[in-house]
Parts: sequence; C-alpha cells; structure tokens
Amino acid sequence: MWSAVIGASALAFAFKYIGQSIPQSVLTNPRIAKIADLIPTALLAGLVAVQTFASKTELVVDQRIAGVAVAAVALYLRANFLVMLIAATLTSALLHQL
Amino acid sequence: MSRAVIRDSLSISIAVGTYGAAFGVASVAAGLSIAQTCALSLLLFSGASQFAVAGVLGAGGSAMSAIAASALLALRNGFYGARMAPLLQVRGFKRLLASQITIDESTAVALAHEEKSASDARKGFWLTGGGIYLFWNLATLLGALGANSLGDPAQWGLDATIPAAFLGLLWPRLKSNISRLVALAAICLALLLTPFLSPGLPIIACVLIPIIAGWRVRT
Repeated sequence: MWSAVIGASALAFAFKYIGQSIPQSVLTNPRIAKIADLIPTALLAGLVAVQTFASKTELVVDQRIAGVAVAAVALYLRANFLVMLIAATLTSALLHQL
Repeated sequence: MSRAVIRDSLSISIAVGTYGAAFGVASVAAGLSIAQTCALSLLLFSGASQFAVAGVLGAGGSAMSAIAASALLALRNGFYGARMAPLLQVRGFKRLLASQITIDESTAVALAHEEKSASDARKGFWLTGGGIYLFWNLATLLGALGANSLGDPAQWGLDATIPAAFLGLLWPRLKSNISRLVALAAICLALLLTPFLSPGLPIIACVLIPIIAGWRVRT
C-alpha cells in the first residue's frame, strides 16, 4: 500500500510542477483541453458506479445503493458536501442494522 | 489586498479543509493505515486522486491500478499549473510550493480575481492553497483517528461514504450535455467490465470515453 501512496503522490506532484514549468501554448490545443476537462468526469462517474455496485469482480446490490441514492437527492437539494456524506453514511448504516 | 480576496480564501479554506475529515474516515475504512492516510493528504494533496487511491485499494485493486486512476485524476492539476504560471511568475523553491498547492480551489479563486487585480489573484492563490493545505491535513488526521476507533466500517455505513464522496465531486461537473453523456457512458463501461477485469482496471478503461468524446469536439 505504501508503494501506491508514494507512487500516486510523486506522479501528482510531477504533473503540478510540469504544468507550472512548460509554455502555456502546449496545453491550449482545444482538443487536448477538452479531453483533459472530460477525464475527471469520466473517472469520477466510473468510480461512483464501481464503488456502489462492485464487490471485487462481482456486481451486487446492497445497502450502498440506498446511501448513494440519498446522496444524489441531497446533492439535488443543494445540500452541503458534509451533510450529504453524513446522510449517505447514516442511510447505509441503518440498512446494515436491519 | 482587497477584503473580498481574504474573505473568499478563508471561507473556502475552512469549508473545503473540513472535507479532509471525510477523506480520513473513508481512507481508514478502506484499509489504509493512519500514517498512509496522512501521507496522502500531505504529499498527494488532491482530493479526487486521494479518494481514488483509497477506493481502488479498498476494493482489492493493485497498487498500479490505484496509481493510474489517481494519476489520471491528477492530470488536470497540470493544466491549472500552466494557467497559473504566467500569473504567479515564481522560480526555485517557491515554484515547488506553488506546484503542491495548485488544485481546483486555489486556481478558481485566483481566476475569479484575475480580471480586477493580478496582485489580488496571486494572494488569493497562496491564501486559498495554503489555507486548504493546513485545514485539509488537520482534518484528515482527526478523521483517520476517529475512524480507527470505530471497528467494522460497514456497520457504520462507511461503505457508502466513498461512492457518495465521488458523486459529490462529480456533481458540479455535470453542467453540460456532453459531460452528462460522458458520465453515463463511463458508468455503463465500468459496470460492464467489472466482472471481467481485476478491480481498478474498469475505472482506468473509462479514460477512453473522454478521449473519443473530446477528439470529436469542433474547434
């Protein structure tokens, strides 16, 4: 696990530093900029799906889906990030007890 | 320095910094140690990437998968850096410091003040980045210590905390039709690949979708 911690940290810093150091023109290509803008959207969406439904390599429906559904409602109602997280966590905890 | 910059920087530092507690809790619940959790906040210092490391490792993914998912999410910080460099004009040690705090929020505050005053924009960047760094790391430690004393994560509903956090990070990015379409396609692709690939790889495969969608953009 330490290798993941150190490796991920080193790469993130490298990107930040390279960005500060290269000429801006390289990154203003509209196609590159569009792809870079959409990458976090795709990865975060993939992470939501996998973290909600995957158990190792199996797809399962358990109490997590209820927590995430409550989170979606909270976000729709413009709830604060922490309020949303607490609501999702409590929902999952409650269903786990049943 | 205008009071608006100080107000913006401080309020965002405190609001965003406290989310560090959520990361601390989620990371320990995913199986990382307190030291590893704090190291991610100190060294990686980019929320989505940190949650990705914890999420992928917690789901049984390899270190390589965790690093790749985290790196793909961290790429955007490079673009922020390129945008900030002409404004900040820093070299040497100060550039190292500036790089570490080049994140969503410090860039956003700088950009919001750039038109009125370049000096205010610079101060907004340093105050916001530095403030979040301080609060984020303190909150991470508190969250990690708290989660460590709880026991079974699922019993406390913490298995839903990480996907909810990702949803919260995704939500503000869903403003355009193309981004909603990309998100929907990524959800389908990740779920379709889950039974066939080892954990973590389906997330990385999602990078194909923005490459295809972005390539077709009209210039």
